[in-house]
Amino acid sequence: MSRFVDLLLGMLGAEPKKPTHVSENVKQIMVRKYANKDNYIKEKLHIRAHQNPSHKWRNRRWSVLIAVNMLFVVSFWLDIQILEGALTASRFVGFHMVDLNSALHVMLAHKHVIVNLFIGTFTVFLLWVLMGGRSFCSWVCPYHLVSELTEKLHLKLVQKKLVTDHQFHRGTRTVFWLLFALMSFATGYTIFETLSPTGILSRALIYGPGLALGWVFLLLLFEVFWSRRAWCRYVCPIGLTYGAVGLITPLQITYRVEQCFHEGDCRKVCLVPHVLDVTIKGRATEESVGLGPDCTRCGLCVDVCPTGALLYEVKGLSKLL
Amino acid sequence: MSTQSTPGDKKTASRVPLDKAQKARRRFLHSIGLTLGVVGISLLGYIPVTSARPPRLRPPGALNEDDFLASCIKCGQCVQVCPVQAIVLGDIDDGFGIGVPYISARDQACDFSCDAVQCILACPTGALTYVKPASLEVSAGAPLARPPVLKAKENDPEPTLNLKERIGVARLARPEACLALHGQGFKGPARGPAFKGQMRYVDVDRWKPIPLRDHPYDRELCDLCFTECPIKDAIQMVSFLSKRGERLARPEVLEQCVGCGVCEMVCPVEPAAIVIDARAPWQGEPV
Repeated sequence: MSRFVDLLLGMLGAEPKKPTHVSENVKQIMVRKYANKDNYIKEKLHIRAHQNPSHKWRNRRWSVLIAVNMLFVVSFWLDIQILEGALTASRFVGFHMVDLNSALHVMLAHKHVIVNLFIGTFTVFLLWVLMGGRSFCSWVCPYHLVSELTEKLHLKLVQKKLVTDHQFHRGTRTVFWLLFALMSFATGYTIFETLSPTGILSRALIYGPGLALGWVFLLLLFEVFWSRRAWCRYVCPIGLTYGAVGLITPLQITYRVEQCFHEGDCRKVCLVPHVLDVTIKGRATEESVGLGPDCTRCGLCVDVCPTGALLYEVKGLSKLL
Repeated sequence: MSTQSTPGDKKTASRVPLDKAQKARRRFLHSIGLTLGVVGISLLGYIPVTSARPPRLRPPGALNEDDFLASCIKCGQCVQVCPVQAIVLGDIDDGFGIGVPYISARDQACDFSCDAVQCILACPTGALTYVKPASLEVSAGAPLARPPVLKAKENDPEPTLNLKERIGVARLARPEACLALHGQGFKGPARGPAFKGQMRYVDVDRWKPIPLRDHPYDRELCDLCFTECPIKDAIQMVSFLSKRGERLARPEVLEQCVGCGVCEMVCPVEPAAIVIDARAPWQGEPV
């Protein structure tokens, strides 16, 4: 239970803590790993030498993300009516689907309970309980993809020491979540929608581009030249809303300490590196742990890990199989 | 490989290193700056909303403007069902109206060629609604006296539209330009050969709207706003004789006008002599 609370607090912005209690199993594993230091280093270098860089999950994820967004586009353009609407609200073969965050803001601004929204949000809630909460971010959100691409430019500039990544407090996103909700309620306008690059990009794809893309462009500039993945990391309330769903989803990335050399490749590629804090030497408390609700299940760490210590897992299902 | 390098390291290594508390304070201040910045930018959306520019013509069944902006989820499902693509979505210069549907009547009016106000059916949030919840305000002059009869389905068992309130009212804004008032006729496509707007003509094909430019007119005395109006008894032509004895006519908007904007779209003079006042109330027959 305390790990559950720690993960929740971590998602809201708290710094990861060093564990006070480590299970016997893990203690034994760590002793075994470091018993023969020379051998340990040799193994590590061996695996490094034979590392086979893979983009398996990234490619799958990009395919899904593009497919979902294109399904919206062709449903309208070709009038095949499979997925009508945009990411904020849609009908999938007739079934209402409503983005949880958009629905919340509409109800706060409108101060009126809308039955259709309940049906639609419940469908979407169920979908993301099954599919991993914040996986909405990395597997569906179009801004995630463009931001992921411009991140490469940012990293290149950082490498050449032309820019530095200015980090903010992760709790800022929690403040934004509350502020946007409060503003919707107080002003009666769904203010977040004016800024949301998710909605803007989704509508631009489906209904054609507009001036709003200028705002998305500014966001990307900010991320390239000032702060890595700033919108997703420190601002977007959609991520936090789906993160809450992630608290109860069975789909997660699992970390197995036994295979890990604690080199930190995974933390370097991660959008939310604090979830991978557990991969630091001495932080794991159990043999196998889930990364928690803030993880977007993007799989970059799974791809980059040279030893296979990070894996996709459906809780409960591995025992069934 | 094993240590994580933080961006601050290089810069501060040569100088006095910032201690942890200083770093945390700096990050905290930056975070406050980010928060204020983003909130400030988000409030820019007020400018177009509260500015004095005329209100947008919203799709049929739209709630009052403030309720409409609050309840619209900006998904565009209304856009997708409209057979003539009359509905378009607001851009970021509409402020909080971003992604909110409106109709630009002069470019493409709502001609009800869907027969059933399908945009209302498509709306997932009730921002467009057949029946307003009792708690929501009904503006004076907005309710229609009786259900509007759609000329195209006048002979159907159910000839009316399920529409309780008007979205605007037509007004002869430039009588000096009106062809009928000058006894002039009109020949050719109403808006010229380059105009992209479409309309449904029941005598051509009830289920397929065609471009306006493919349907030229030949009128001795221009009466397009009257004949093309999709609603029964929403507008009439009042004939009279000029001082010189010419036969003239004046378009007169009636109470059944729902504000769809077809008259504004087909009006052949530039700019249109007859326009829709979006969200305007019915103020009684002109005296």
